[in-house]
Amino acid sequence: MTGASDGSNGGPAETVEFVSGTGIPVRGNDIDTDQIIPARFMKVVTFDGLGEFAFFDQRFTDDDEEREHPFNDERFQEANVLAVNANFGCGSSREHAPQALTRWGIDAVVGESFAEIFAGNCLALGIPTVTADHGTIVELQDWIDEHPDGEIEIDVEGETVSYGDRTVEVAVDDAQRKALVEGVWDTTALMRANTEAVRETARSLPYVPADHIPARADD
Amino acid sequence: MSEGTLYDKVWDRHAVTTLPTGQTQLFVGLHLIHEVTSPQAFGMLEERDMEVAYPRRTHATVDHIVPTADQSRPYRDDAAEVMMAELEENVRESGITFDHPETGNQGIVHVIGPEQGLTQPGMTIVCGDSHTSTHGAFGSLAFGIGTSQIRDVLATGCVAMEKKQVRKIEVTGELGEGVEAKDVILEIIRRLGTEGGVGYVYEYAGSAIDSLGMEGRMSICNMSIEGGARAGYVNPDETTYEWLRETDAFREKEERFEELLPYWESVKSDPDAEYDDVVRIDGGSLEPVVTWGTTPGQGVGITQPIPAPEEMTEEKAEVARRAQEHMRVTPGETMEGYEVDVVFLGSCTNARLPDLRRAARIVEGREVHPEVRAMVVPGSQRVQRAAEEEGLADVFREAGFDWRNAGCSMCLGMNEDQLEGDEACASSSNRNFVGRQGSKDGRTILMNPQMVAAAAIEGRVTDVRTLPEVARV
Ligand code: SF4
Repeated sequence: MTGASDGSNGGPAETVEFVSGTGIPVRGNDIDTDQIIPARFMKVVTFDGLGEFAFFDQRFTDDDEEREHPFNDERFQEANVLAVNANFGCGSSREHAPQALTRWGIDAVVGESFAEIFAGNCLALGIPTVTADHGTIVELQDWIDEHPDGEIEIDVEGETVSYGDRTVEVAVDDAQRKALVEGVWDTTALMRANTEAVRETARSLPYVPADHIPARADD
Repeated sequence: MSEGTLYDKVWDRHAVTTLPTGQTQLFVGLHLIHEVTSPQAFGMLEERDMEVAYPRRTHATVDHIVPTADQSRPYRDDAAEVMMAELEENVRESGITFDHPETGNQGIVHVIGPEQGLTQPGMTIVCGDSHTSTHGAFGSLAFGIGTSQIRDVLATGCVAMEKKQVRKIEVTGELGEGVEAKDVILEIIRRLGTEGGVGYVYEYAGSAIDSLGMEGRMSICNMSIEGGARAGYVNPDETTYEWLRETDAFREKEERFEELLPYWESVKSDPDAEYDDVVRIDGGSLEPVVTWGTTPGQGVGITQPIPAPEEMTEEKAEVARRAQEHMRVTPGETMEGYEVDVVFLGSCTNARLPDLRRAARIVEGREVHPEVRAMVVPGSQRVQRAAEEEGLADVFREAGFDWRNAGCSMCLGMNEDQLEGDEACASSSNRNFVGRQGSKDGRTILMNPQMVAAAAIEGRVTDVRTLPEVARV
């Protein structure tokens, strides 16, 4: 899931209106990014291969024995919709966290609430983070447990999640919804279109010396 | 919506345009980078054949992986060496100033920005690090960003952001003996919750904040993110200006200082500014706060009982139960007397010179408990040198502390400084998450530097106010 590689003009081609697939529940509030990807796995200069380290310390003992964790559970190995509880992704700003999740196979996260930087990082990767109340999420998590092969569909624009014979309302942050549905989440491309206006803003700020502002670029 | 606050004014001055997503394209006045979150962003830039747009508004250091004992190259840890080499290449190719250890200016990114005067009022400052909120202490708008946003800033000099609401947190009264800025912010997070700040930027005000030095204000702004707020700030005042005058940026350039002063004054929150929310806390009633759990919001006054999960809401109770099991604490008891194996005085929250001074005053003439492994990791090489010249390093060493080189160190255990097994650590850092300090069974108790010093001496969590000759802040 990457945006267009041509950032010099226009936005990327990809839009994310729907995400569908099977679910995986990870329960608990305040699951921080240190749990999603322990710091020692961040000693890398690319994000490749981070997937296998997602939730590593929750999944393995010191002697590398598997512990009980949804990410180890046979039944969920093909899942791409992660269902979580409150304040998921709190803590550090590391994009390694959503990178590890997406490289493991996650395409969307449904939860009670998300830490802001985490949600922003997800958006930059085209991963929706949609929210619903506690009861709705718990029901979804329980349903996934009973139906590991059951299909879940997230309608980003319509703000609903459908599974089994149910359709529940969820919330998608306005800017996130627009970005995903219109395929304008590649902010680099969007902002590159305004380089002259940026220079103007920079020039209007007394603390920015003139020679710190690049001359007109040839882009 | 807020109106007339520093946040509104700085935001407006840096807004370039509104993007199709509804977000604002915001010009970034200062972009700080370090070795952990930037290499992937440089990689993305290269993939797209782009160059760094504002290299002279970008500044680099190395902090997370840098060893704090033997710093000779190549680093013993291959992964650390690769990250360092990658950063060196990126900054060289892009013409970005890099405070590597040989410059004598290296240190934790949130310590070196302010000490060199890179951080100034009325700026927008970003860094791929959540504790960027620290810089808000100077009346700047500073927030942590993810790697894709780092790419944005490198490529365009801007970030795309949505405007937040502003909550004013007024800390009234005067802090008591042994009570520090750290306790103020731990108390704020305890009361408002780790999610309480989501959607908000915090403006810290009130007499207890006004009377703090810049370092204390930085400790508070630093942990805004722990309370869920993306940024926190204090309006600039005489204390701010005095600090700035002494930095590299203005020491010999008084005319520059005078030139910028009107701008700094102009961005301060108006006396009749409107806020989306106001919270008041009586600073005079605070005591040293320590954490009993595994989030920074799970704190308690040192003489107060650890709360029982039964008294909490259902969601909080479950987290609390797990935390209490991990920490092996009993509700109803206080944290006083909780045995510690390790003591860590460091991090971007509390490893500046005054932090070390206050801790040293507690340590002086005493000895680290025989069962305790204690270390001091200064926030920067400048702090380190100053502390050595002042004799603080000797005080710590003589007491039995390990005096190390500057870096993040055991704040997150990405170098060799880590907890082992289920060691308990009295720490002046900002996060007590499970596994944060390098061992997933490790136990972290957050507290202020004087309390850390007291714990080192006693081998257990100790109310520093009960020690004779307590340092006065
Ligand atoms: S000292 Fe800790 S919190 Fe601060 S930047 Fe380093 S790792 Fe992050």
